[in-house]
Amino acid sequence: MDLTVGPIAFFWSAEQVRAFYRTLADTPVQRVVIGEWVCSKRLPFWQHEIPAAVEVLQAAGKEVALSTLTLITLKRERRQTAELFASGLPVEIADLTALQHLPEGAPFWVGPTVNVYNEGTLEWLAAKGAQRICLPPELPLESVAQLARAGQDAGVAVEVWGHGRAPLAISGRCYHARLHDRAKDSCQFVCAEDPDGRTVETLEGQPFLTVNGVQTLSYTHMSVAGQADALRDAGVAALRLSPQPGDFAAVTRLYAQLLESGLSAQDALAGLRRIQPGAIFAQGFLEARPGAAPCP
Amino acid sequence: MMELVCPAGTPAALRAAVDAGAHTVYCGFADETNARNFPGLNFSREELAEGIAYAHARGAHVLVAINTFPRAGDQALWHRAVGDAARLGADAVILADLGLIAHAAEAHPGLRLHLSVQAAAANPDAINFYAETFGIRRVVLPRVLSVEEITAINREIEVETEVFVFGGLCVMAEGRCSLSSYATGLSPNMNGVCSPASHVAYADVAGNHEARLGDFLIHRTPKGMPVPYPTLCKGCFSSPDGKGGGQTGHIFEDPVSLDATRLIPALQKAGVSALKIEGRQRSRAYVAQVVRAFRAAVEAADQGAPMPEGLLARLTEGQAATTGAYAKTWR
Repeated sequence: MDLTVGPIAFFWSAEQVRAFYRTLADTPVQRVVIGEWVCSKRLPFWQHEIPAAVEVLQAAGKEVALSTLTLITLKRERRQTAELFASGLPVEIADLTALQHLPEGAPFWVGPTVNVYNEGTLEWLAAKGAQRICLPPELPLESVAQLARAGQDAGVAVEVWGHGRAPLAISGRCYHARLHDRAKDSCQFVCAEDPDGRTVETLEGQPFLTVNGVQTLSYTHMSVAGQADALRDAGVAALRLSPQPGDFAAVTRLYAQLLESGLSAQDALAGLRRIQPGAIFAQGFLEARPGAAPCP
Repeated sequence: MMELVCPAGTPAALRAAVDAGAHTVYCGFADETNARNFPGLNFSREELAEGIAYAHARGAHVLVAINTFPRAGDQALWHRAVGDAARLGADAVILADLGLIAHAAEAHPGLRLHLSVQAAAANPDAINFYAETFGIRRVVLPRVLSVEEITAINREIEVETEVFVFGGLCVMAEGRCSLSSYATGLSPNMNGVCSPASHVAYADVAGNHEARLGDFLIHRTPKGMPVPYPTLCKGCFSSPDGKGGGQTGHIFEDPVSLDATRLIPALQKAGVSALKIEGRQRSRAYVAQVVRAFRAAVEAADQGAPMPEGLLARLTEGQAATTGAYAKTWR
């Protein structure tokens, strides 16, 4: 089992993006997915960083794929999706819409926001050319195990959401804009003020969700540190780590130690709590409990 | 005339909808294969056969929703549902899962396939993909699109479109939302339920009514005020801005329901084939009343007459309704 870093969920500046991928080049991850995953309005601010990031990551021996948007609606977004397939890099589809633009026989990856819940869907995607599939975060371990087996039979590497705030919902409406009494079309890019998303609490002050533009993430950081052995035994090929502000390189190193150097789950979680003081780590989904259920 | 597609959670509701003027009713089997998997709701095989006979005898159609995502290792339950719907003479099945659609297209080539809103096909590329690959004949559009966008989509696709005009309003892309399982462990995609009643608790605390979903407080209203059902995305929350301020309120959506009655002429002009009413969990009396009102509305639209205003106001959740994303200001 190895490590994949997913696309950046948040609206970071071009400088932040550049620094992030430079640092990531020196981390023990095998592959990286790059691209605007959430809102096409953000892309012009940082897309010029993508070629350099790809270059620095490939030079460091990482496999690199380009991500589509999670929710493709506008003409511009459909065109951009089609253009991704001309890049020569593998494309990770985050919306099934992208399949309409897939060149015949071109290999592709499937991201966690595509609904792969069963063998039938996995096998259909494999026959179409899928090489890797990151499963939806809400799946329980039993389903993950079934799908990992089906993936091995079909020659598809199955990944699991390993670390970070989980993508829970996507909308046509921008909740960041709504919080500022604006509409999506006149958002003035307010999501840039929250590089780790904006916290939503219950009226009792209990942190609950994270607003990230049109995307809603969990407040808790998912961590499968406690289930890494079970996932490996089930035949899962990789854990997906989701970029976040702070010392993300340290997060990747902890997971590498967990997978390769016998670091215990308990020590991994203790390490994560040192890197991200105040964060709540959860992993109810794999145990078929509420996703928000905290890690022990 | 646009086709009116009406909900039937029970055989009695099916008969009521047909009698009230529904062109088409949709229903599901009493198990996890459909997205309204509520206790006491839905159809046995025998009830579906009787319902189809009743509808067909009166010139109405029956669609069977098999629109959850089959559980890994357990696909046979979903395959059986599609096979039984075909065998019993359903006029179409409404599907969401890619693998299940592929199975239905291959195993039941004569069966008419509709793409469920749970498939979240929100643009012409996605719709054309399903049409060209599997022969999907109709798509139920997500409730995140404006009338302008629906018009533009219809220009680029060959298949029919169906849109929701009344009932619950999902503000997230449907079929792509795990908020419910995050709070309760149960989700629309896996279990056919959202914010399930089994995880709801009401309490009176310090002069307030409180409604919880799982461990999370979703609504708090002063005593004497009704407390809405704690549907997660319609909850009242706060969001600190990190500078000592912030907002408190319905951060995702108010506890409103969808009423696009006044947009029916615009939807007709946009090329929409069918109007869908949500509410398989609703009573027979509710269904009859809504169906009658909407039948009058589609007939008025067909003749270019004005829409009956406020006809359904008292039936909507929390007495408040919205036209949702159809009017673009929503965003």
